[in-house]
Amino acid sequence: MSGQLLKKFDQEDRSTIASSGMDDTEKTRSASFLQEDSKIHFSHALESGIEILPIEDALKKIPQASDYYGSAFKELNRDFPSDTKGGYFIRIKKGKTVELPIQSCLFLKNLGFKQKVHNLVIIEEGARAHLITGCSASRAAGEAQHLGISEFFIHKGGYLNFTMIHSWREDVAVKPMSVALLDEDASFVSNYICLKPVKEIVMYPTAVLRGRNSRASFNSLLLTHPGSFQDIGSRVILKAENTSAEIIARAVSLGGKAISRGHLKAESKNVKAHLECRGLVINEQGIIHAVPELETGYRDVEMSHEAAIGKISKEEIEYLCSRGFSHEDAQSIIIRGFMDIEILALPDILKKEIKDLEDKNLSGSF
Amino acid sequence: MLEIKNVKVEIGSKSILYDISLALKENEVMVLFGPNGSGKSTLIKAIMGFSGYEIAGGIINFNGKELNSLSIDERVQLGIGIMYQHPPKIRGVRLRQLAGFLSKDKDEIESLAEKLSLQEHLDREINLGFSGGEMKRAELFQLILQKPRLLLLDEPESGVDIENISIMGKVLSAYLKEYRAQALIITHTGYILDYVDGNKSCVMVDGHISCSGKPREIFKFIQENGYDKCRECKCPVSS
Repeated sequence: MSGQLLKKFDQEDRSTIASSGMDDTEKTRSASFLQEDSKIHFSHALESGIEILPIEDALKKIPQASDYYGSAFKELNRDFPSDTKGGYFIRIKKGKTVELPIQSCLFLKNLGFKQKVHNLVIIEEGARAHLITGCSASRAAGEAQHLGISEFFIHKGGYLNFTMIHSWREDVAVKPMSVALLDEDASFVSNYICLKPVKEIVMYPTAVLRGRNSRASFNSLLLTHPGSFQDIGSRVILKAENTSAEIIARAVSLGGKAISRGHLKAESKNVKAHLECRGLVINEQGIIHAVPELETGYRDVEMSHEAAIGKISKEEIEYLCSRGFSHEDAQSIIIRGFMDIEILALPDILKKEIKDLEDKNLSGSF
Repeated sequence: MLEIKNVKVEIGSKSILYDISLALKENEVMVLFGPNGSGKSTLIKAIMGFSGYEIAGGIINFNGKELNSLSIDERVQLGIGIMYQHPPKIRGVRLRQLAGFLSKDKDEIESLAEKLSLQEHLDREINLGFSGGEMKRAELFQLILQKPRLLLLDEPESGVDIENISIMGKVLSAYLKEYRAQALIITHTGYILDYVDGNKSCVMVDGHISCSGKPREIFKFIQENGYDKCRECKCPVSS
């Protein structure tokens, strides 16, 4: 059902934006933000306890915003580009539980546009929220680029479930940079889905578990099309005791190159971390390079990883054929099963929606 | 009707089955005995059309249609179904999804799952973490939903506890009677014979059919004499 939120966009762009997770009706959302190239179309919350505004406005109006700005990168002694324009500021007030997801979209519209945004997400003490961010490109946005810088601050006992859907096009280059800082008892779940062709994506988001009992998990589903290059990883630095981390990645190459990285670094004793990467190479042009890394100087840690890459097993295909599926359908079922959205820790409200999006995006891909 | 005439099967370039001939009419159940490695599973896989099981000679017909050049799914469309001895695990694909493809009748899916104690397995990934017995029950579940005219059953009771053999045996027997289906059943233990009335049986040894007769009599003979005596027996298979 179409709503009013995207009425200024033509039908094709509406459909593109919706395919990256934007609910036009807002019936299942608690707040919305949309930036097209550098223009911010809307930024509003539908319930109290959520602040959502363009980052430039936040830096002017909210004194604490500038304290946060860039501080996650500084914590890691990392530089970040300062020539950004746009991005969102989202803050969830102390103790607030936001049931419905907050949605945002960063949309590329014009030929060759270089979108550079800086986002700040702050989850105050004991607050809980889900954020779904879609990044997509219009048909006209040939040779465009997107650089998204994101900082997440999850304070004591806070929870953020962040789902990012990349839905680009074959000539768009993308380089997101993000750092999440977690205080005591905080949790961060990052779900990343990229099923559409893209020229290049390079990203290595990092979570720093600096408070005791904090937890982070990164889950990703990647489909690499012919001609695409995706160098995608996740890193968790476990700095405090009793912290835990998990990285789960599924990559399918239909002919492009995917580098699936994962780095778990324990800088404290008594931590737990696990990394799992599975890859399927569908044709001979496809390349998957899994780089799982575990690192620590401590003895009292529990860290493990498993990585497996292979082609689709003939036995599995024939098993499904023996139930009546054609060879092509059997292969498609196996790939869809491999890209199982259940590996993502999605909130119930988004599960069906993401499954439908996945079905739509995967249909006709192989 | 299944007709296998002078069939030779090779795996790679190695001959596994030599000049096999047998026939199975509507509502007939044939039990296939034989020592490990004698070629029983190879015969079933060649009928199903799995890759690597090359029919190097002879013809397999089902209901008047030659199977030799048909794909696996085309054989399924003709009404042939198989219950695997060792089915593969399929990540991310739930038993309920396959069941929904095999039958549009949700009540049938639920009631059969209940009969085979598989309600909790419906939303699990196929065969992932299933015990040996659970896999066999899930295989039978899918096969029955598929409604085949010819059932190829490769050791349906191996790894299944006595209680579940009874459940599976009753489900299978009821299906064969209701649909007047044909079946080719491989068994080592013979437990399935307590539930399914086989019309005939044969013994396969070293890639040849060496003996045939009534299932219970043959099974008793094997229990008493082992397969060595079957090698000596060369009686032809009656159709």
